[in-house]
Amino acid sequence: MSGPLHKDYAGAKLGMWLFLFTELLLFGGLFLLYAAYLARYPREFGTAGGQMHLGFGTLNTVILITSSLLVAMAVTAIQRNARRMVLWLLGGTVLCAAVFLFNKYLEWSDEIGKGIYPNSPKLVAAPPGESVFFSLYYLTVGLHGLHVLIGGTLLTLVAVRVQRGTIHAGDYVLLENGALYWHLVDLVWIFIFPLYYLIL
Amino acid sequence: MSEQQHIVSYGKLTAIWLGLLALTALTVWVARHNVGIGHVWGSLAIAVVKGGLVIAFFMHMKYEGRLLRWLLFFALSVLAIFIGFTFFDVLYR
Repeated sequence: MSGPLHKDYAGAKLGMWLFLFTELLLFGGLFLLYAAYLARYPREFGTAGGQMHLGFGTLNTVILITSSLLVAMAVTAIQRNARRMVLWLLGGTVLCAAVFLFNKYLEWSDEIGKGIYPNSPKLVAAPPGESVFFSLYYLTVGLHGLHVLIGGTLLTLVAVRVQRGTIHAGDYVLLENGALYWHLVDLVWIFIFPLYYLIL
Repeated sequence: MSEQQHIVSYGKLTAIWLGLLALTALTVWVARHNVGIGHVWGSLAIAVVKGGLVIAFFMHMKYEGRLLRWLLFFALSVLAIFIGFTFFDVLYR
């Protein structure tokens, strides 16, 4: 069950969690802005939110939840010393990240094509609440997308190290912390999804 | 050392994944069948349950020691205070 652990194991994980708390407060601040402006412009937010693509939002939710499962299974696999399995699972996670970003590209292309982007003539002419909604949308979802990109890159590097054998059943804290980061990306999306795609 | 290394089985993780998918389907259903003002709080409640499942099982928080649990509680409390106090101002200005 328990192999020899890295000596800084607890410290490394504590450090990761402390970093994740700052990320929670970062996105929490953006959600707070959203909530405060929703209270001020409920009708404009309703109109703007009606233009969101529920299909893309739902599909990306399923993709991220699945990728979160795969990376959680990768942690279990490394604990069981199943290296090939870890590589397959990490590959699946990174593939999910790529598909997520591709969907985001399609979604944003469509919205930008319809003249919905920060400071676009259409939004400048629209009621102020609508431009606030879309500014917050691009900021929050863009920052989240950046996290997807960073998380995907991080997990690719982790996979290379698993392949080389520097991450193994006796020392896998880097994989575990990479997985924690990826779960945070999923966690943030779990709140973005209802706020931007569902409740309006 | 064994308290630091808890192995969560594939079966359990898959069960959590199925739960998350079911909650996603539920939250979309609730939003489509506009069930009145309650759907905002309902959607957020479902998101909180989903987030709780991810933190507890995928992120292994259920198996962590007191330090990390209390720190998580502290971080979420700070966030709740930020949000709560802002709304004291925004709603009753």
